Amino acid sequence: MRPVDTVVRPLRPPRTLVALLAAALAVLATLVITAVPAGAAATPCEPDDTTACLNITVTEPGSGPVAGVELTVEGQGQDVSVTTGDNGRASVPLTTAGDYTVTVDEASLPSGKGLLHPEANPATVPVVLGRSAGRIVQVGDPSDAQPGSGGGASATPGATSAPGATAQPTDEAGTGTEASAGPGTNRYAQLVLAGTVFGLLLALASLGANLIYGTTGLSNFAHGELVTLGGMTAFMAVQWWDLPLWLAIVVATAAGALAGWLLNRFIFAPLRRRGVGVTQQMIVTIGLALALLSTYLFIYGAQPVPIVSGISTRMQIGPVQISAQSLVSVAIAVVVLAAVAFTLSRTRLGRATRAVSDNPALAAATGIKVESIITRVWIVSAALASLGGVLLALYLNTTRFNFGSTLLLLMFAAITLGGLGSPAGAVLGALVIGLVVELSTLFLPNDMRYASALVILILVLLIRPQGILGRAERIG
Amino acid sequence: MDLGQLFTNVLNEMTGPTAIAYALAAIGLNIHFGLTGLINMGQAGFMLLGAYGFAITTIEGGPLWLAFLVAVAAAVVFALLLGLPTLKLRGDYLAIVTIAAAEIVRMIGRSTALTELTGGSEGLTGNSFKHTFQDASPFPDDRWTLGPLTLATNTSNSWWLRIVGWAVVALACLFVWRLIRSPWGRVLKGIREDEDAVRALGKNVYSYKLQALVLGGVFGALGGIVFVLASSVQADSLGRPVTFNTWTILLLGGAATVLGPVLGSLLFWGALIFVRGLLRGVVPDGSLTVQQIEQVGWVLVGITLMLLIVFRPQGILGDKKELAINAR
Amino acid sequence: MPVDMPVQDVVEQARRGLASVEHVPGSAKPDALLVADGVRRSFGGVNAVDVEHLEVQRHVITALIGPNGAGKTTFFNLMTGFDKPDAGRWVFDGRTLGGVSASRVAKAGMVRTFQLTKALARMTVLENMRLGAREQPGENLFAALVKPLWAPREREITDKAMQLLERFKLDTKKDDFAGSLSGGQRKLLEMARALMSDPQLVMLDEPMAGVNPALTQSLLGHITDLRDSGTTVLFVEHDMHMVRHISDWVVVMAQGQVVAEGPPADVMADQAVIDAYLGAHHDTDLGDDALLDEGGAIDAEAEAEADAEIEEKP
Repeated sequence: MRPVDTVVRPLRPPRTLVALLAAALAVLATLVITAVPAGAAATPCEPDDTTACLNITVTEPGSGPVAGVELTVEGQGQDVSVTTGDNGRASVPLTTAGDYTVTVDEASLPSGKGLLHPEANPATVPVVLGRSAGRIVQVGDPSDAQPGSGGGASATPGATSAPGATAQPTDEAGTGTEASAGPGTNRYAQLVLAGTVFGLLLALASLGANLIYGTTGLSNFAHGELVTLGGMTAFMAVQWWDLPLWLAIVVATAAGALAGWLLNRFIFAPLRRRGVGVTQQMIVTIGLALALLSTYLFIYGAQPVPIVSGISTRMQIGPVQISAQSLVSVAIAVVVLAAVAFTLSRTRLGRATRAVSDNPALAAATGIKVESIITRVWIVSAALASLGGVLLALYLNTTRFNFGSTLLLLMFAAITLGGLGSPAGAVLGALVIGLVVELSTLFLPNDMRYASALVILILVLLIRPQGILGRAERIG
Repeated sequence: MDLGQLFTNVLNEMTGPTAIAYALAAIGLNIHFGLTGLINMGQAGFMLLGAYGFAITTIEGGPLWLAFLVAVAAAVVFALLLGLPTLKLRGDYLAIVTIAAAEIVRMIGRSTALTELTGGSEGLTGNSFKHTFQDASPFPDDRWTLGPLTLATNTSNSWWLRIVGWAVVALACLFVWRLIRSPWGRVLKGIREDEDAVRALGKNVYSYKLQALVLGGVFGALGGIVFVLASSVQADSLGRPVTFNTWTILLLGGAATVLGPVLGSLLFWGALIFVRGLLRGVVPDGSLTVQQIEQVGWVLVGITLMLLIVFRPQGILGDKKELAINAR
Repeated sequence: MPVDMPVQDVVEQARRGLASVEHVPGSAKPDALLVADGVRRSFGGVNAVDVEHLEVQRHVITALIGPNGAGKTTFFNLMTGFDKPDAGRWVFDGRTLGGVSASRVAKAGMVRTFQLTKALARMTVLENMRLGAREQPGENLFAALVKPLWAPREREITDKAMQLLERFKLDTKKDDFAGSLSGGQRKLLEMARALMSDPQLVMLDEPMAGVNPALTQSLLGHITDLRDSGTTVLFVEHDMHMVRHISDWVVVMAQGQVVAEGPPADVMADQAVIDAYLGAHHDTDLGDDALLDEGGAIDAEAEAEADAEIEEKP
């Protein structure tokens, strides 16, 4: 164990953070405004003023395109049968705009394979002249069929013969609501959009952990439970107390702030006063996480507890679809992240926070009240986690006792990727993680999405141990 | 409330395969953390790899010794993969990489992509890989009673498994005892205190940290084997909570002591079963479900872990004098 | 030089050899143990160390002085493998050591101590000492399991450790945790531990910082003893009194560069040196005995840390 004070934890100038946010917004804007479907060029069909192309791709996640699948395209007086080629793709030129129905002949699938989303067959695809419309059909072993987002509560605490194992189900969090490519969307663009949205929300949720690490050197393993706290509070506010969603978000954020204050006031400030090392404090956060997780399970059970029921309206913009809810969530995330960046760079409080991050002893010597800064950092950090928790819960369409702890590693990955203690890095890292998580579904089974993000984390550490924006440490 | 039954249950759990498995995992973690100061947050990953290595080798028709060897080899390779890139970096990185890697192992294990090998999230049933171990037993198939405990001689949670398990624990303790008091252990302790100082004395710190990581991981794999020999291999049963429990056990017993991990495991499982049994007897019928009583047990574990760190960080067997110095 | 010459003569000859050396930065020494060439290290665009050429004479005490932030500690870190230079090479006792890991540098015979003492707190004084010894078969994982393989060597190093502890007056503390020692005793322990490996060159980073004035005299004695028993000493120090009294040769660094070299008396009178110091802080009187007072030493340390922080910034 090395004393804390040999570790220099610089908070990067937040200008980078602003630049990153701008870049993320630019990505979103590009996706929404320009309608250039990726992969369209590879097809023989070229859309022009009088022609539209309907491109259908049949793939098996994890093994690639599936050839020889028979499809029928019906609508606007047309009825065309096509078969997918070696690239798993079939392309139908159409001259009339309107809705078409795409039907997959399940009998033509390779033996033993079935549709992963049989409920989406046949599917209706809107076609606009001069554009390409795409549809991706996923096949796989019938048993792999993805449950709807939100997932079933397959984990039931049970047999006491192996305690610890079964008592805490570790089911994965649900699938992002923006990741599923509805009809009329370009899958790649849709996944990039989903990854960016997820990344921004993850950035919001993980920023607090990074601020705490920066100012106190503590890796907070209970941060995931603060995220869950946001989701659960919002759930109670909407479902139990009948508050409107916006008010629920406010209440959840306030609950997070309160929790942050309480945790610091009654646990971590006393520990720091007693001179307990950061490693020991980290283990305290593990105990705290375990206690909180079990408390959530005690109160809410293992079932998902959705904050809102019903599906938000989805808008088709260019090649992608996005729900109004996600747009608002992204807007909130961007505004809050920008506000944090502004606070860190332009205000007295922010400068003091950065000074504490750089060197607590020196900051104290120059008259900064270090403990009061740390108290504020805890409050802000937990509030951010809680707010991020609500938005992530809405986005993932699942609020469960363990959804925060499932995201904990992704948050750690985001922070580490960007460089420990660097807020701008955390945002960049979160965007990378978000994109990797969503885009990996192109090549890997859905249930390995999170694993792929963690693999990326380890690979990046191999090449650039200090993270993307972190700086190498100096010894002595 | 039947107190006799409660104490029988507690005794059964304290001497059972779960306590053995956790004791072995904690002995491994003690080499990592207690001796070397490495923060391994992925001990469950080592256990899971050991379990998969053992079960899959057996299912593929390998003999018992080969299954053990494969389990150990899997842990060694895993430790090298994790250690080579991260042990030159600051301690936090190892913590994050190990926890991430253990999760990767679990996610791959439960993934549909490898169902044929790992059984996906359903896992591998015990009957498919327990036979080689049970066949090695010298006992006849029977049920024997010793004091309040009546168990099968050979199948699953058996006398045979307990005898072998505790023998392995005893050997492991002997091994650690010898190492802690050797110059090798001295170098590790030096690294725990200040690795730059040890480097300045001409020791290859990196190599020692790697050795410690591998060795502790192997004990984790052995624990994983014992764990699944009593039940089945299921990725989710060896997830993050298992690592956290192992930490609690190590700190409860006392890090850097020889018998601390064993004592910690006995007390942890004994206390957990005791508290649950007590709650079941005390709480009026219908007010709490069985699951909720379990949750209360886990809440108490979490709180115990926090209180331990605050009030007795050296654990039960730790040296108070060492602690006074540690406080800075 | 002849091998069978008594140690004190060797040392005397080495010290006399310095008389003919030019008093200019980077001057050649008659018998150089450490030779550094073009060593450069920058932090965020500022050159913390930029040493054109430096030779350290064998068998003498060389002091490395300079204002705060002059790059002395960074230079130590580079030489001992604790930091990597942007450019440069250096030769120690005929071996090129650039890019060699810290542990190998130590094995080659160049052992350092740290500005902030690194006593291994939760190990006993004796265990600290034993750890310093080289060629211990028991440090191999497999050999460690068989005690007869390493017990004889363990007895040897224990004897040696006890001799050194007696010399440093720590023998009564041998079973105490190192963390329970006073600051000065820790400095002594760190120095004694470094000697367990019989190094050719001992590099002491501010041996006087934080040491109780009552211990200063004995510490000075230990350092001259080191030289007189044939060990080369290179030390960084702020305490000019100490520098004047025990060093045979003084190297002055400022802003990463070697700005002056020479015997203590000459260097202290050198205008370039005075300028270098005055440029940094006006209140330092060179060789002022007041600096011996503990408060002064602690201030200097705090300032050194503050400067290190500034170096850190881009």
